[in-house]
Amino acid sequence: MRVPLSWLAEYVDLPAGATPDTVMAELVKIGLEEEGSHAFDVTGPIVVGEVLEFVEEPQSNGKTIRWCQVRVAPEGHKAADGGADVRGIVCGASNFGVGDKVVACLPGSVLPGGFEISPRETYGHISDGMMASARELTLSDDHAGIIRLSEMGLDPKVGTDAKEILHLDETAAEVNVTPDRGYCFSIRGIAREYAHATGTAFRDPKSNAFIEGGSGYEVTIDDVAPIRERNAVDRFVVRVVKGIDATRPTPAWMVARLKMAGMRSISLVVDITNYTMLELGQPIHAYDFDKVRGNLIVRRAKAGETLKTLDCQTRKLHIEDLVIADKSGAIGLAGVMGGESTEVSSATTNILIESAVFDPISVARTARRHKLPSEASKRYERGVDPRMADNAAARVVQLLEVHAHGAADGLGADIKLAAEPKPVWLPQNFATELVGVEYTAEEIKEVLTEIGCVVATVSDGYEVNPPTWRPDLQHKTDLVEEIARITGYDRIPTRLPIAPPGRGLTATQKQRRAIVNALAGSGHVEVLTYPFVSTEQNKMFAADAKQVALKLANALQEDANEMRVSLLPGLIDAARRNFSRGLTDLAIFEEGSVFLPAKAIGANASLPAGNARPTAAQLEALVQTIPSQPHRVAGIFTGNRVPQQVGIAAVESSFEDAIHAARIAAKSIGVNLEVRQATPVNFHPGRSAELFVTHGKEEFVIGVAGELDPKLAIENNLPRRVAAFEINLDVLYEVAPKVIQAAHIGSMPAATQDLSLEVDLAVPAAQVLATIQEGAGELLEHIVLVDDYRGPNMPGGKKSLTFALRFRAEDRTLTQVEASESRDEAVTLAHERFGATLRA
Amino acid sequence: MSAENPITQAAVDEAVQQALSAIAEAADLAALKASRGTTVGEQSAIAALNALVKNLPNEFKAPSGAMIGKARGQLNAAFAEREAALFEAEEHAKLAAEAVDVTAAGQPTRIGARHPLSLLQDQIADIFIGMGWEIAEGPEVESEWFNFDALNFDEDHPARAMQDTFFVEPVESHLVLRTHTSPVQVRSLLERELPVYVLCPGRVFRTDELDATHTPVFHQVEGLAVDKGLTMADLRGTLEHFARIMFGPDAQIRLRPSFFPFTEPSAELDVWHPGAKGGARWVEWGGCGMVNPNVLRAAGIDPEVYTGFAFGMGIERTLMFRNDVRDMHDMVESDVRFSEQFGVTL
Repeated sequence: MRVPLSWLAEYVDLPAGATPDTVMAELVKIGLEEEGSHAFDVTGPIVVGEVLEFVEEPQSNGKTIRWCQVRVAPEGHKAADGGADVRGIVCGASNFGVGDKVVACLPGSVLPGGFEISPRETYGHISDGMMASARELTLSDDHAGIIRLSEMGLDPKVGTDAKEILHLDETAAEVNVTPDRGYCFSIRGIAREYAHATGTAFRDPKSNAFIEGGSGYEVTIDDVAPIRERNAVDRFVVRVVKGIDATRPTPAWMVARLKMAGMRSISLVVDITNYTMLELGQPIHAYDFDKVRGNLIVRRAKAGETLKTLDCQTRKLHIEDLVIADKSGAIGLAGVMGGESTEVSSATTNILIESAVFDPISVARTARRHKLPSEASKRYERGVDPRMADNAAARVVQLLEVHAHGAADGLGADIKLAAEPKPVWLPQNFATELVGVEYTAEEIKEVLTEIGCVVATVSDGYEVNPPTWRPDLQHKTDLVEEIARITGYDRIPTRLPIAPPGRGLTATQKQRRAIVNALAGSGHVEVLTYPFVSTEQNKMFAADAKQVALKLANALQEDANEMRVSLLPGLIDAARRNFSRGLTDLAIFEEGSVFLPAKAIGANASLPAGNARPTAAQLEALVQTIPSQPHRVAGIFTGNRVPQQVGIAAVESSFEDAIHAARIAAKSIGVNLEVRQATPVNFHPGRSAELFVTHGKEEFVIGVAGELDPKLAIENNLPRRVAAFEINLDVLYEVAPKVIQAAHIGSMPAATQDLSLEVDLAVPAAQVLATIQEGAGELLEHIVLVDDYRGPNMPGGKKSLTFALRFRAEDRTLTQVEASESRDEAVTLAHERFGATLRA
Repeated sequence: MSAENPITQAAVDEAVQQALSAIAEAADLAALKASRGTTVGEQSAIAALNALVKNLPNEFKAPSGAMIGKARGQLNAAFAEREAALFEAEEHAKLAAEAVDVTAAGQPTRIGARHPLSLLQDQIADIFIGMGWEIAEGPEVESEWFNFDALNFDEDHPARAMQDTFFVEPVESHLVLRTHTSPVQVRSLLERELPVYVLCPGRVFRTDELDATHTPVFHQVEGLAVDKGLTMADLRGTLEHFARIMFGPDAQIRLRPSFFPFTEPSAELDVWHPGAKGGARWVEWGGCGMVNPNVLRAAGIDPEVYTGFAFGMGIERTLMFRNDVRDMHDMVESDVRFSEQFGVTL
């Protein structure tokens, strides 16, 4: 809400020297957030000039300019800039004549946008100033010609300050109004708040005008389908003014105030309705009375009905839209926008004024449906004071009489349907109990009375009747906020509540932290990507091509309208962005959720409106509608694991980085991942693995790791070799030990041996290793694969795997003979399983 | 008894001198070791003299043995001394040869980093864990009921339209990307025993285009306490404690009246940030208030018995003014240089 200061000052006393900033500083105290200040930004010698004579001079560019002699000060006096009383000014407009009073901007004046006026040579003359258009002064959009003051009903003396005459010294404070305070979308409401903030007296503009209402005009309210059992109309006031001159100018002070309030001057009648709305918060619609056919009917739109609104759009109406209709059909969208057929024009002489209060919900839905948020709908949505409608209509009548020279007609209507606000019970100590401040009974009554409530003290509390402009005051807590707000939040003391003994992080929260910290600690960089991806990206790693993803109904980008089913596409994008910035050696990871469709759709209809606990069955049904959102961790590797450096050759990142990262993640919460060759979609068919865990007798697949299909990598502007892993944390958490049971650490001497086995190329090393462990039995404490030899002196189709073995017995020094026996058992088993032979 | 002792002092001295020269001449440990036999070993001159002793007449045996023993001791000592000296010299040479330019040390393994937004959430969680609170979580794709209805957002209330919500298809699914972490409040109240003191960090979504100060995907942390007798003073005390841990002992907080559907009274929260770049100042930090009775009712809690307070703030915003991050792009673009500045701490 933008508040012109001169307007505000009519209803509260502003201190001398008040500026938008000082006014905002006061309003902030009681909860209106500061948005900014506004001014015309016009300074310097801008005066009333009179065109004495001009010569039309056609130019080679096709334009005709006027070389004018303009009187800018009374004869013999110095002009406001200290210069001569008559100036030569070049003007491109041609809407004026000799003798017209104009706005002359003399050298030294500055117009909006920092446009400085100085004498300048143009079209062969020295133009010693400028004659301004309304647009150049930001008064309106009119740039068809320069301002002729007579058109604005003004005839000031030559040389007077035009800024004063046009009220260009008006300034405005802008505050943000929260949705519960609809009444603050008016000068009336802001003035009231200013009075609360400063303690100054408030003069209610409600009593600005009161002309006895009209009667005898019939309005039919016919709501066949009320929305949520609410009144479509709380009040409907009609007044008629006849014999107006719609061509009369809007007074300059009104233009300036409208402009500073953020509205454009359009025509006198429209300006008056807007002015009244801004002043009192009551939206007004003016009809050309002679174009209305028959009486007004307020009803829901009919199926298939259309309406051409004031913005010249023909709109298909919805049967829920509330319309104002006459015999011809709909002539306006109630509370949102009027219709073209009854629009006021310069030829209009008789005006029908509608000052009505419509259901906030109905207006909000219609405004949203037709994408027509208007100044009127904004106020209706937040609640309009139903007791203001007749005053507002009277104010319009008054302004039309004064400025449009019309006469109030006896015809009119006033339909009152609003329910009286319900009294709110406020127990004596409730405010103190909720805020922690010891409020006295006097304070409570004073504050509530000040904001317009009628307060009755009863035995142990107050019966509070909120004012009609405060539909937000429905519960005792609403009243407490008012008490705390008006007396100041800075009175609230400080106390630190003691929570019951906590249980710390949950097991899963600790595990999550362990994993991200382990990955960061082992050289991986955490990133966070958006979960929005394209359909193609979601299919990238989907084992099932028909997998359905969650789609957004209103995505910001068409090509990112699905919720990710894998973290990898987002990480590929992240890798590409880094890569394009010259960061080529990457090991990045992300922990986050992916999104899978829900088991059921929609359960809201059966849920309570939000002030009662749903039943267990309702909650269960609700849970079923919420998509499964498992947590994953994934990583991407490009470039070198170890960069080229002194004494070390570069080591390229590969599938090993990916498998190892997954192992680090799992090991950090006590899980040993197992690996087997696999061919996940869009991974390198020969360099990729499935990761799994054997837990009890069961096997759980945890994820994948390996290198991406080089084709995919290249398509994404990445190098050919990109390694990646993704693991499912929810499963990992499930199989992770709650408590890690320690193994006994043997201290007897160990015996070490190497073992080389010749096997077929196709036999996976991991299986041979597992077989050796099985065969060697419990004496084998540790085993590691140290070589996979496939040299030319191997028999065809064979490879030699070398393992380093460490044997240890718990109770004695192991002899090499015992170690060898154990090793031989392993060889025997490997021979049975894979035909493995001991390599000499 | 005039026969002379055939092992003269001169012969012994000569043998010793000969061996000492050989020991001294050995250029390195290998040469010294090679000379062991001829200098102090069985092939040495002194050994040859010693071999004669057993055939000497008895009266010569003792003096000769003593003479040779002394010489041998002298030689062994000389040998050991030379050996130590050579060893020392060789070690020294080896170390000199192994010297490197340590300033050219490379990076044999990578250095990792956490994302500061995730670190900050952990850090805030730890502050509240320290106060006995617990950490609650909820889904990012959320039911409208939890995101709005249960939080006292009427389906037609303007505040609901203000939220710039992402909706999931089809609209009948009544699913949204949660617009705040507040649905976790309701979930916590439904699931937990009273009293409840929980902190809910997490990712939230609004339909804002990415620019220097906005992002459609961001993070919040929200606190909720529901207990008997809680007042705005408890809210203020909790926020002040939190602010002082986050921003130092000189931090203060300020509440300004505001509106949120799920709190009444409601307030905007400013923090006096003593460490702000360019000087201490007030910074808008978040929103807070006393839990609206309708929210308690939605969880089946009697608002006549229990009261509560809630507060929430943006993690991105906090990081921006706490760590002087100037542009939202840095936080969302996954450029590794951004995370790498933080390592695993803030």
